[in-house]
Amino acid sequence: MLKKIFLKIFFFIFVLISLAQSAESGGMPQLNPEYWISQIFWLVLTFGGMFVVLSKIVLPKISKNIETRKSQILENIEIAEKQREETEVKIKEYEKIILDSKNNAKNYFNDARIKVVENINQKRESLEKEIDKEIESAEKEISDLKNNSREKINKIAIETSSDIVKQLINADVNSSSISAIVEDLSKKNKDKYNEI
Amino acid sequence: MAANPMHQFNVYRIGPEIKLGEVDISFTNASLFMLISSIAILLIFNIGSKKKALIPDKMQLLAELSYSFISKMISDTAGSKAKPYFSFIFSLFMFVLFCNMFGMIPYSFTVTSHIIVTFVLAAFIFIGVTIIGFIKHGFGYLKLFVPSGVPMVLLPLIVIIEIISYLSRPISLSVRLFANMMAGHTMMKVFGGFVVSLGIIGGWLPLSFSVALTGLEILVAFLQAYVFAILTCIYLNDALNLHH
Repeated sequence: MLKKIFLKIFFFIFVLISLAQSAESGGMPQLNPEYWISQIFWLVLTFGGMFVVLSKIVLPKISKNIETRKSQILENIEIAEKQREETEVKIKEYEKIILDSKNNAKNYFNDARIKVVENINQKRESLEKEIDKEIESAEKEISDLKNNSREKINKIAIETSSDIVKQLINADVNSSSISAIVEDLSKKNKDKYNEI
Repeated sequence: MAANPMHQFNVYRIGPEIKLGEVDISFTNASLFMLISSIAILLIFNIGSKKKALIPDKMQLLAELSYSFISKMISDTAGSKAKPYFSFIFSLFMFVLFCNMFGMIPYSFTVTSHIIVTFVLAAFIFIGVTIIGFIKHGFGYLKLFVPSGVPMVLLPLIVIIEIISYLSRPISLSVRLFANMMAGHTMMKVFGGFVVSLGIIGGWLPLSFSVALTGLEILVAFLQAYVFAILTCIYLNDALNLHH
């Protein structure tokens, strides 16, 4: 506050000195009151006229322009915000659809796999059953063959041994006694044959 | 005669003598430049407000930037209550600015370099602000002269100082603008005279000074208009928001 006052006093002194100096050197036209009234009159006229026109016509227009721009920008921002929200919703929907379809695809894949696996299992089972059956029959055949072969071999052995005996000693041998011997031998050598 | 640095401030009559009763209100060069300034302001801002483009062109941008500049200045210094006085402060700032700027054109006349013009403006502001203060606060406006938190012993002195400081407002406001404009133009004229008198050999130094001073004066022209307007806002703030 004091500083302000000092500054003002200093300023007035400066102005007074400058006024005095210029007044000495021919005077200041500013201090000549000849046209003061005229200046006041024209100042009031021009400034007043300008003020009235500016405040009544020009400034409201500028203010309206600024306001409309502001409101339009706000509106645009609002619209943009709305559209952004809409796009977000759309993006969420899209992502949901993508996720659903992915899940669906996974499900389809799983179903198909399960079906295929089931199918394969069924077929394999049936095949295995068939194979088992065939193996069984084959084994049966083999065992039949095995059983038959021994008898046949015995028969052959009896016949050949009777023939051999006939040729060697020129005598008929009771076939039943031969067969008894062959039976006895074959029983004895059963283990040996079985190894073969 | 042309070498006299004060000669540029002479007011002379243009056209016939106009008398209103006994009073001489003839059209002078001062009136001419007031008229030119006012018309220039109206023209520029009228062009600037005509277009209503969303993306403004140069003139519209100028008008709208000035509008928001003054509007911000007022709301910063005097608050939102000062809005009704916007157009007056806008006109005031523009008038002072344009008068100052037109004064920078060689051979032109600076309206604001005359104490009577600035004093009438300042006195109008002073009276207007005082009336506004009394309307808004009644006699409570006198509290402006009694700062709070001052010891009782010092109070009479402070009140006297406050009253003197308040009453000196129009004088300081008007003299500040007038003295700045007058001093600047006188100085430029003096340096210009040096250029002529020192001739082709020695005249370069004052010429460069003159160039620098021209830049400075344009700055001062803007600054003084700004100071004039912002001080008006501060006085208005005192009247509208009484808190001392």
